[in-house]
Amino acid sequence: MKRDDSKYLIIGNSVAAVAAVEAIRSKDSTGRITIISDEPYSVYSRPLITYFLSGKVDEKRMFYRDGGFCQRNKVVTILGERVMALYPQEKKVVLENGRGFHFDRLLLSTGGTPIIPQIEGKKLRGVFTFTCWNDARQVRDFIESQKIRRAVVVGGGLIGLKVTEALVELGVEVTVVELADRLLGATFDRKASELVKNYIKKFAISVLVNNTITGIKGENSTVCGATLRDGAVIDAQLIVFAIGVRPNASLAEEAGIEVNRGVIVDEQMETSVSDIYAAGDVAEGWDTLMHARRPLPIWPVAHRQGSIAGYNMAGFPKKYPGGFPMNSVELCGLPTISAGITDADQEGYEILQDYHPRERRYRKIVLLDNRVVGAIFVGNIDRAGIIIGLIKAGIDVRQFKDHLLSEDFGLLWLPQDYRKHIVEGPGIEV
Amino acid sequence: MALSLLCSEFVVERDEQKCIACQVCVRQCTNDVHTYDPENDQVTSDNSPCIGCHRCVTLCPTQAITISRNPLYFKENANWTPLAIRNVFKQAETGGVLLSGMGNDRPYPVYWDHILLNASQVTNPSIDPLREPMELRTYIGRKPDRLQIDSGKEPRLATRLSPQLVLETPILFSAMSYGSISYNACLSLARTAQQVGTFYNTGEGGLHPTLYQYGQSTIAQVASGRFGVHPEYLDTVAAIEIKIGQGAKPGIGGHLPGEKVNEEISYTRMIPTGTDALSPAPHHDIYSIEDLRQLIYALKEAICYEKPVGVKIAAVHNVAPIASGIVRAGADFVSIDGFRGGTGAAPTVIRDNVGIPIELALAAVDARLREEGIRHKASILAAGGIRNSADVIKAIALGADAVYIGTAALVALGCHLCQKCYTGKCNWGIATQDPYLTKRLNPNIGTRRLANLLRAWSLELKEMLGGMGINAIESLRGNREQLRGIGLTDTELKILGIKAAGEAW
Amino acid sequence: MRRIYINEDYCIGCRLCEIYCLVQHSHSQKIIKAYKEELPRPLARVLVEEQGYLSFALQCRHCEDAPCIEACITGAIGRDSNTGAVLCDENRCVGCWMCIMICPFGVINMNTEGKKVASKCDLCYGEEEPVCVKNCPNEALVYEER
Ligand SMILES: Cc1cc2nc3c(=O)[nH]c(=O)nc-3n(C[C@H](O)[C@H](O)[C@H](O)COP(=O)(O)OP(=O)(O)OC[C@H]3O[C@@H](n4cnc5c(N)ncnc54)[C@H](O)[C@@H]3O)c2cc1C
Ligand code: SF4
Ligand code: SF4
Repeated sequence: MKRDDSKYLIIGNSVAAVAAVEAIRSKDSTGRITIISDEPYSVYSRPLITYFLSGKVDEKRMFYRDGGFCQRNKVVTILGERVMALYPQEKKVVLENGRGFHFDRLLLSTGGTPIIPQIEGKKLRGVFTFTCWNDARQVRDFIESQKIRRAVVVGGGLIGLKVTEALVELGVEVTVVELADRLLGATFDRKASELVKNYIKKFAISVLVNNTITGIKGENSTVCGATLRDGAVIDAQLIVFAIGVRPNASLAEEAGIEVNRGVIVDEQMETSVSDIYAAGDVAEGWDTLMHARRPLPIWPVAHRQGSIAGYNMAGFPKKYPGGFPMNSVELCGLPTISAGITDADQEGYEILQDYHPRERRYRKIVLLDNRVVGAIFVGNIDRAGIIIGLIKAGIDVRQFKDHLLSEDFGLLWLPQDYRKHIVEGPGIEV
Repeated sequence: MALSLLCSEFVVERDEQKCIACQVCVRQCTNDVHTYDPENDQVTSDNSPCIGCHRCVTLCPTQAITISRNPLYFKENANWTPLAIRNVFKQAETGGVLLSGMGNDRPYPVYWDHILLNASQVTNPSIDPLREPMELRTYIGRKPDRLQIDSGKEPRLATRLSPQLVLETPILFSAMSYGSISYNACLSLARTAQQVGTFYNTGEGGLHPTLYQYGQSTIAQVASGRFGVHPEYLDTVAAIEIKIGQGAKPGIGGHLPGEKVNEEISYTRMIPTGTDALSPAPHHDIYSIEDLRQLIYALKEAICYEKPVGVKIAAVHNVAPIASGIVRAGADFVSIDGFRGGTGAAPTVIRDNVGIPIELALAAVDARLREEGIRHKASILAAGGIRNSADVIKAIALGADAVYIGTAALVALGCHLCQKCYTGKCNWGIATQDPYLTKRLNPNIGTRRLANLLRAWSLELKEMLGGMGINAIESLRGNREQLRGIGLTDTELKILGIKAAGEAW
Repeated sequence: MRRIYINEDYCIGCRLCEIYCLVQHSHSQKIIKAYKEELPRPLARVLVEEQGYLSFALQCRHCEDAPCIEACITGAIGRDSNTGAVLCDENRCVGCWMCIMICPFGVINMNTEGKKVASKCDLCYGEEEPVCVKNCPNEALVYEER
């Protein structure tokens, strides 16, 4: 095998890649693995970048795996290099500098790219997106060097609010501008959004909903304010766009691989071209609740898909059972968890809820045909995983529906055969 | 309701320095002695319902609790003891018969403690059981009058032997019904019997089908209520015992309250759920030895004469002639239950005043059967108040083939002799059917503890036998020369058939 | 690997497992001190579920295919190569509660004493036998290889 030929080639060096490496190595201890990533770092944890920004996590703790990971797993890494083209026929990829890499099997785990709206002033100094470590470093340096006092975060979703939290901790006053009529609209219902909004207001965070910015004002090619849709102008020296990411699928698309919003994959995470796999934020896996393929840009899904892809690449067929959206976000000390279909007012859905706005506690469970299809937990998230497990397993909850929301709800209420075998494998009987 | 005059029997002391308010005691006590107050994170105790079962003391992780007798002082009175006074209070309040569980606890003489064993010196050297074989195996059943041997080329036993039970140690578990004790307790007894090579007795509660697998280690009772008696029951077990009487309550029947008759018990006993299980005082088909003979032979017919059939009676004044009648009626073994025998529930007045000690009854029966030349026709099982291996060996020397232990077995399982079996709230999960409580007896642990007990006693039996220079338990049976009485009257010595300590052979 | 197996038929709901677990994971590891002097009180990593007469003690099952390892964004949760136990490195945990979200047994807790990190059963790392098993009075918990 030539030096640059690999049995397994992986583009992207994040969680899907790590999971794939670990799966491959559990079955094939020698086949050459190469990882190429345009980021210059060993594998780090992307969700930690907001913690890094606020200083809660230092440089050392950013890394997802210890320093010996690649050596132990005999992985060759090419870091800080971008793959420009993929040639499926020749089983080859080419870097910006022209260097080519052949592969037997390829994994596309190129994640997502942040969306930036086409508005005036987006090139000014002080305008950022926030999806990678470098973004966090740059924002931090900018705040420190420019003594930033006021910022606008565009987008009131998970990343927007996590950035906001970090900025507030750095002493920056933040206005969150959200186009929809509420925060976290994609994952929360109205009540939960309201709880979060009222809560974070205490931390000197202004929230503007039903609004967006239409232009960025600059001075000496540096941001000095933002114009809102309603014409108002906010004074700010820092603008962070967090209005979403979309699958980073251009490489695949240009290579003629089938792409919808993300790269289309089958149950084994293989794309329309054989021997080329995709996993993580770039892929469009199966959503078990929506009964459709769609990107699910969340960490556990990326991990599971990466792992499934790895097994299949190593010749051990495994199927991805599908997933559904879920997230856990703690904002300024208020823990929240949401999963599945959380805001269903259509017919057929049944809603169980326990709502205590004063104590900032909210639990909601959405049922369809006596099966849990969604849940929200705000304030008290104890044992939320049991409910989410029920979504995953599609258990009929008729027998214990009345207890789902009770304080002491636990495994004990569940059908014995379910609780004995929730997770496959030995030792899990309860 | 008027004020009760009964003051607490026990005092619960809690060392506040040690109590961490973990509430283990609160959860363990079925009598609601302990309560937790979340307001000040403190556990407090109410003495009055405490029955002194030590469940909380045993489980408390910091040993913060002790239970002591209430020192409350009644004016000294040798006649009107505190017990006598309290019992009058109780009856004045309830108007009912006083009930008790377990055996007679009154300070009547314990003859076992007035009997001493012999040991060899010089002339008849003792045997070291660790070095030499020592036989504890015991056969229960009718022995032939004489043995006939066909002395052909290869000599052969010509006599047809009666069916025998083979015991690896001369100790059986006495009759305790499923109902009076929990399923887990039954299971522990059954498994141990099988493991050790002895027998347990179903009592009058029938046999739960899941225990059929231990059938070859089971003695099935047929009692006056005939609960759970059906062909399969008789077929499954190793022997049958007709229960006429019980040492704790001679002359009266039994009563399992309806609350205890849950689904499983109703199924096992073949009575409707929730109905009282009443065992009549007499068998309504037995009014004479002849009637008894009919039942014995009816049962023998039913089991094709393949298993021993015995009869259990309480030790009463006339025990010797009654036993003789029973043997003549065809019983293969006679079980005699002394007045200290346990019970799940008995009127206290009966328990404490009716019957005679097993030591005297056993000696009398053995002597009588010998006199009549029928001792070999039946084995004798002694029961009621056997507490240790010394009691066992003394019983055998007095004439028993083997002994039944009931209370000792329950104590091994955790019973603390609080005597409240009849309440169904046994904190140790033994004498209860409450599923919250029965779980407390893990049959794996129960089996281990019972097997340990039998092992320990068997080892001690061998030591004592060896000391007497005897190498088989059968050689000790009825060997009263090995016994001497101490502190006994001439009459007692005569009945026991033993010499006084200090008298040589 | 050796795991803790639960026998719900014999769990008597005494909660001694919780008590000893709490003590094991306290600073002093002394029962009276842990309860009376350590504030906020340390957390037990085993939970007894109880309903009527049914009860069982539940702690991390150390799943073979552990969802929490997958969901942990920091890499703090991982498998110990010696014992096979699923452990949480509390120094790396940032308290994002992804593990609480995903554990279908609900056995990971927010540890709010001092630091906000996930706390879970560690099989009493370094002990011959986990203390819940050792102190279960009725052998409702056993620690064995099956
Ligand atoms: C701020 C933030 C917070 C988050 N918090 C959470 C959370 O709390 N919970 C949760 O479930 N999820 C969270 N996520 C989402 C989670 O990080 C992603 O789902 C996960 O990182 C996806 O992993 P991946 O392996 O698919 O790809 P990514 O992590 O996106 O990594 C893809 C990598 O590929 C590289 N790459 C792309 N194209 C090329 C190319 N052509 N050549 C070379 N390299 C290339 C990229 O630079 C990148 O390094 C968060 C994301 C962000 C940004
Ligand atoms: S210590 Fe044992 S019996 Fe007690 S609650 Fe825990 S598991 Fe159950
Ligand atoms: S914490 Fe939960 S998911 Fe993780 S290994 Fe333990 S039981 Fe499994």
